[in-house]
Amino acid sequence: MKFKRASLLAGLVVPVLATPVLAHNFTIGKIAIGHPWTRETAATQSVGGGFLNIRNNGKTADRLVSASSPFAAEVQIHTMSMDGGVMKMRQLKDGITIPAGQTVELKPGGLHIMFIGLKQPFKKGGQIPAMLKFQKAGSVKVSFAVQPVGSAAPMEAGHAGH
Amino acid sequence: MPDIDDMPAGGIAAIRKLLWLMAAVAALLGALLYFGLEGSGADKQTPVAAKMPFGGPFELTGADGSVLTEQSLAGKPYAIFFGFTRCPDVCPTTLSRMALWRKQLGKDGDKFNIVFVSVDPARDKPADIGSYVELFDTPIIAATGTDAQLAQIRKGFGVYVKKVPLDPAKPGGDYTIDHTAGVFLMDAQGHLSSIIDHHEAESTALDKLRMLVG
Ligand SMILES: [Cu+2]
Repeated sequence: MKFKRASLLAGLVVPVLATPVLAHNFTIGKIAIGHPWTRETAATQSVGGGFLNIRNNGKTADRLVSASSPFAAEVQIHTMSMDGGVMKMRQLKDGITIPAGQTVELKPGGLHIMFIGLKQPFKKGGQIPAMLKFQKAGSVKVSFAVQPVGSAAPMEAGHAGH
Repeated sequence: MPDIDDMPAGGIAAIRKLLWLMAAVAALLGALLYFGLEGSGADKQTPVAAKMPFGGPFELTGADGSVLTEQSLAGKPYAIFFGFTRCPDVCPTTLSRMALWRKQLGKDGDKFNIVFVSVDPARDKPADIGSYVELFDTPIIAATGTDAQLAQIRKGFGVYVKKVPLDPAKPGGDYTIDHTAGVFLMDAQGHLSSIIDHHEAESTALDKLRMLVG
């Protein structure tokens, strides 16, 4: 699998083997994707949530319209909200708009990618390949880092942060 | 989707109101005591909410097939949460938080049980919830039950549960479950001590747990 690395790594002489613990970014056109991650799943669990940041460096809005992964029967885009103490999750059939010059965060407690019908459990430390399709920028292959189930944020966001 | 019936939304909100009301009553009693009216029958300053019978009776099946009731849980405080293993976000987040709280309480961490009840019996079999809770690196009592058993415990706790198709155009297809996301803290006598909301600060949650086990 060949991924487009973000410009962050472009100018550095970094051997490829070092990338799993370093920044984990992808770009397609004006869209920059930061730190896709997911949580490990139990043997019998059939879904997983995926989280990432999407930045639109363009001058016009774009839209994440769909996603897919060879590791799941289906990948959907979801919103999650709390309503009077009740969790509600809904599919966003029209995807997520990424306004020009802005970053949209998919994170626990809100927007997320949902892997449905897992072909095998997500193992801690692994990478889950997926394809994200944008209306204007086109499709980009990314990989979701599988973090411990207790994770609330991406671990590869930079060690200065923790 | 007939097997999970609706309950009025905002069950937690209603319980919160009740707790506030009881706190207000307690404050009033406290004021009366302070102003020397202790002869009026108010005997001691037990938290009023802790006297409220709550949640039971119920009967569920544990991950190992054993029977779990309010009686078998009695004798030790517990934190009980309702969810389902196909929840990608709130359920793993909450169970992880509970595991962390237990660690943060140090020696007091083993003074309460963590209970996870799956409200998705059609898909979560006892063994499924068993392997699910093993992910969280702390002992968690996992349970589920028949539709009737789950309806009973949901009613006891005022837990809202509703199946919602992931694709409204395919009502018979895959579904998600809207569900109450709060954690109920029960004392050793099986009475409600407090509720930890999904958005509550960790420090508040820990204070509530310390009160529970203290
Ligand atoms: Cu959930």
